[in-house]
Amino acid sequence: MTQLKIEASTALCQLQDAGRFGVRHLGVTQGGALDWVAMNWANWLLGNPLGAPVIEVALGGFSVVAEQDCVLALAGADLDARVDDQPLAPWRSFALAKGQRLTLRQPKQGVRAYLAAPGGFQAETVLGSCATVVREALGGIDGRGEALGKGQGLTFAGSSPALREVPEALRPVYSAKPVLDLVMGAQIGDFSGMSLFEAFNSDWTLDSRADRMGIRLLGPQLVYQGAPMISEGIPLGAVQVPPDGQPIVLLNDRQTIGGYPRLGALTPLALAQLAQCMPGAGVRFRAVVQEEAWREKQAFNAYWV
Amino acid sequence: MKVRVEVVAIDSLMVRLFDTIDEANMPWMLAASQRLSAAFMKHLVDLVPSYTTLMVQFDLPPAQARALITQALEGLQPDTGSGGRRHEIPVWYDASVGPELPVLAARTGLSEQEVIRLHSEREYPVFALGFAPGFGFMGLVDERLASPRLSTPRKRVAAGSVGIAERQTAAYPAVSPGGWNLIGRTPVRLFDREREGYSLLQPGDRVRFVAVSHAEFKALGGNDSPLEAQA
Repeated sequence: MTQLKIEASTALCQLQDAGRFGVRHLGVTQGGALDWVAMNWANWLLGNPLGAPVIEVALGGFSVVAEQDCVLALAGADLDARVDDQPLAPWRSFALAKGQRLTLRQPKQGVRAYLAAPGGFQAETVLGSCATVVREALGGIDGRGEALGKGQGLTFAGSSPALREVPEALRPVYSAKPVLDLVMGAQIGDFSGMSLFEAFNSDWTLDSRADRMGIRLLGPQLVYQGAPMISEGIPLGAVQVPPDGQPIVLLNDRQTIGGYPRLGALTPLALAQLAQCMPGAGVRFRAVVQEEAWREKQAFNAYWV
Repeated sequence: MKVRVEVVAIDSLMVRLFDTIDEANMPWMLAASQRLSAAFMKHLVDLVPSYTTLMVQFDLPPAQARALITQALEGLQPDTGSGGRRHEIPVWYDASVGPELPVLAARTGLSEQEVIRLHSEREYPVFALGFAPGFGFMGLVDERLASPRLSTPRKRVAAGSVGIAERQTAAYPAVSPGGWNLIGRTPVRLFDREREGYSLLQPGDRVRFVAVSHAEFKALGGNDSPLEAQA
């Protein structure tokens, strides 16, 4: 039985989870929530597994009506959410009574909000995940890779837990110019010395050419001096530099292999920050080594254990 | 062959085995894949093979993963038999579904029949899957068939389209944009979520294309609608 009915949606409102794994060798991309930290908190608020299916709403334009009393949770960007006409701040679970309308209007701070339901939204699991990847026609409510649409029903099976909030001290801050940790990769020595200096000491501006596959950054032209590469696996967060010298950060829906040289890859925490940046925003890179980044992520994950 | 292990991301290492694309790499790549899968077991998140590399994504501390890779690949021997299935993929070679077939013939001075013979007489290894689910990069085609990608990629290539880019060949599993030179179409479903293993082709498999008539193509369930019309 449907608990929520979608009244408004956009191509950027999609069912997501932690992503699709163990299938990259078949050319199948990862998918999953771009801001995994906000997804985890949305699920945590309801006592769900942290990677349970949630709705990723980028930039707003999403509205649902409750067909029965329920409890939901909202985390991530402040998209000027309202329950009927009452403002609803993110980072909390909340009750939505039968007939009440939840609306996510437009960005006030951040870009992507995550809506969770008790036990996770129900959807067909395709190749181990219900993450929506439009390009691959995989995932989503019906498994065919479609974004959420007006008139669709949403269902979930968990019971309503007590209301709670994410402790204030643990809420991510979406700063104006985040510093993004970048794990240095093997080709980093093949960029010119000047390019390496500029990569880590310049402001980079998010281009409007951005989607779930990748985000282009504008700034100084980076010069790669190594040999042409043969296509190889591309990790999440790879910062690749095509011949025009303007880096592209590759995200969850990226192609699985490619042949552009890379500075390295952003850490998962940096990717969560980047997912909340608007086109035109500035970011900086900070070079980190793999072991240090790994330890930091383990410590961060300890919040939820 | 000298194994190099390089950092690529917080939880991923690139195992580099070769520096050039070569069929002779494949038995080594297969053997290395098998050993890495066996060594990492449940700590392996993903293993992405490509022409000369294997990208290993893991849920272990990186130093431990690196040690495991080194240990797993010690004394590596090529896989000379067990790995890699063989496939025969039927193709209806025809200008109506492969508009570059006559173009290729004209450029090389070969007849269309000769182009078809050259494309279908070799057995190609699947070097890697990528670009789209089930899209296998195969090669190398006869040097005479080598063709640069189209200067303007098509917005829509029909599912099953068989094409050539440089010395590689592939079949498109689903409708997508594409810049390869199309020479025919296969009725075979290359990616199917209901199939065990999902993808017909797996890295390290070997493929021969077999020319079939229009009637055989239709009998095998092929869709002969023109490039743009297929839904």
